[in-house]
Amino acid sequence: MQRRDWLLATIAVATGAMAEWVLADDAGPNLSFQELYQTRGVLGMTLSEKTRSLSGRQVRILGYMAPPLKPEVSFFVLTRAPVALCPFCNSDADWPSDIVVVYPKDRGGWSQDGLPVAVAGTLELGSKVDRETGFVSLVRIVDAEVKTIR
Amino acid sequence: MRPYVALSSALACACFALVAEAGAIYPIDRADFLAGSRFDFKVEFDSVVPSDRIRVTVNGTDYVQTFGKAGQYVPNEDGTNASSLIVRDVSLAKPGRYLIEATDGERSQRVVWDVYGTGPRKAKNVILFIGDGMSVANRTAARILSKGISEGKYYGALSFDDMPHMALIGTSGVDSIITDSANSMSAYTTGHKSSVNALGVYVSRAKDNLQHPKVETLTELIKRKTRMAVGIVTDAEIEDATPAGMFAHTRRRADKEIITEQLFLSGADVILGGGSAYFLPQATAGSKRKDTNDYISLFQRVGFKLATTDAEMKSAAANPQTTKLLGLFHPENMDGALDRHVLKKGTVPQFPDQPDLADMTRAALDVLSRNKEGFVLMVEAGIIDKFNHPLDWERSVYDTIMLSNAVQVAKDFAGKRNDTLIIVTPDHTHGVSIVGTIDDGKPGTEMRDKIGVYSEAGFPNYPKPDSDGYPPSVDVSKRLAMFYGNFPDYYETFRPHLEGPNVPAVKKGNDYVANEQYKSAPGATLRIGNLPRAADTGTHTADDAILTAIGPGSEAFHGFMENVEVFHVIVDTLGLGPERSVKAPAPLRAPAKAKEKVAASAAEH
Repeated sequence: MQRRDWLLATIAVATGAMAEWVLADDAGPNLSFQELYQTRGVLGMTLSEKTRSLSGRQVRILGYMAPPLKPEVSFFVLTRAPVALCPFCNSDADWPSDIVVVYPKDRGGWSQDGLPVAVAGTLELGSKVDRETGFVSLVRIVDAEVKTIR
Repeated sequence: MRPYVALSSALACACFALVAEAGAIYPIDRADFLAGSRFDFKVEFDSVVPSDRIRVTVNGTDYVQTFGKAGQYVPNEDGTNASSLIVRDVSLAKPGRYLIEATDGERSQRVVWDVYGTGPRKAKNVILFIGDGMSVANRTAARILSKGISEGKYYGALSFDDMPHMALIGTSGVDSIITDSANSMSAYTTGHKSSVNALGVYVSRAKDNLQHPKVETLTELIKRKTRMAVGIVTDAEIEDATPAGMFAHTRRRADKEIITEQLFLSGADVILGGGSAYFLPQATAGSKRKDTNDYISLFQRVGFKLATTDAEMKSAAANPQTTKLLGLFHPENMDGALDRHVLKKGTVPQFPDQPDLADMTRAALDVLSRNKEGFVLMVEAGIIDKFNHPLDWERSVYDTIMLSNAVQVAKDFAGKRNDTLIIVTPDHTHGVSIVGTIDDGKPGTEMRDKIGVYSEAGFPNYPKPDSDGYPPSVDVSKRLAMFYGNFPDYYETFRPHLEGPNVPAVKKGNDYVANEQYKSAPGATLRIGNLPRAADTGTHTADDAILTAIGPGSEAFHGFMENVEVFHVIVDTLGLGPERSVKAPAPLRAPAKAKEKVAASAAEH
């Protein structure tokens, strides 16, 4: 395999698994991290028309489950790429700005953190502070079903 | 990137329940600091002590008389069974040795401080360059890639290679031989050692990050005592540890919302960097604030010109009316030189108009030099460290080349003026070395077979660099074999990461494990880490940092020096001692003989 192809191959495997799950479920359209924002600028980001149009509706998105704040919290952070650092654990690490906060139906399954996951649930937009942790989010998926992609 | 912090805090808490508080005095024993500089004085007793039994003296005199005010007595600090005495915002005007004794009637503690003055002002301006995490191998590799080498001789030198004065800098902190960028920068900008993650404070037993005893920062000192301008420039987030060291006071560098507020209040005149997310109110998409404060508009309201692209920065700097400039070019850390100039990876596609550190330095100098009283400018090449951490040496080396270009801009500015001290130094180091070359043409099936050492290494075949010193490709058939000595589990690919910045390890459960993303890369080899499994990336080392300097005052740099002595040289060069005039010296043509005298006197400290 040529060197430049191996990363693409890794992504293709993940996407294949995702496609299988998505096809098995007929609810709601897919949304990708690339489609979330229309513009990403120094002075803020603008949600895309597609994202805004899906507010309150069922969506599916593929990303990486970042390490949770602590086992008992009710959400995890979904990121575009694997998070090498745990911003909750390290005082000098920081979240990327385009995270999605996921509130799963089932709170279990934290042990698979760091792996790519497919998430399906209701898209919620707008600034919100998590009551338990004070964590601020702008894009959320609630009542989510989460499947690990291997 | 210090996963041990939480653990050590937990251990500290566990111990607290079992043993009595230890006593302490801040500033700590053997502190040496500038006469007239401000600090918070704190005495921590190891038990609850009635106030009438406390006696604290400074050279035998009651502290109230020495400091001119009584402190706040705290019977049970933060609910503990221990009392404290805190006196905020005091100073000692007279240089000399001070013995501080504190007693609760039964037990005594004592510390000794050395308080120094300064000579007359020797320079109008000081420019402090920080190569964050820049290790010797970064410099050497930057010279090889940007200047070339054959038959043992380089074809040129980095801009800071030929500076006349050099010193080895000790970077350790109060709490550990290993420092981070917060307390190492704090040492340069306050003259006091501190602890990991702390900025402008001694780490005491206070629970509130903002209640630890403060020490005055260089920005505060300059703004309190002079009418000079201050510039803070970085390619990392402007709230990150190194730039924050110029002005901030907090026990935790992660308090970036608070640090943004402290930046606003600091009075700094030129502020250029990444990290705009902390300037935006919470409701703005992309904000990392938890309040409604809009610092973009606040800065504009107090007269700052705003720039968000390279072109806007250059235009604002060229305007002779601009004396206050806020340039924010990325919501997070800016992209490094390899991604911006060659690979177009990282976030370069989203933020194609980020300026180069050399241009940021030029813009800052254009604006700051409009102040007739002179200026202090700090320029950080912060991404050298951000790429040394994830073992991505090519990116760290391109940023070292960029630092060389930025320093050249400062040298061109200083030229023959003989009124500007330029210092170039890392804040700490990484465990990285060049061990030879990797030659794809060598026989063998494993990549380690292709590593040449000693005479087998020869020389790499990087292409001729462009006019800025950057080779147009790093993916060459015979490249440097440059490895890190302290690392988590990761897959070594023996090649540059053309696909984007390296992410060596990812978190699984409580541990960091090798990132499987690289497992199938041709020739990839799993290296089992030699750091604790809680380590996410490579870590800082205690190896000395190499400082170089040029200009008036630079003569004081020699041999081995503690990082706090860099502050001493800066304030001595600017004559910031209490009894000195702080006006710019005139005329500014210091003859060579006078410079030698200055060197002799400064070297005594």
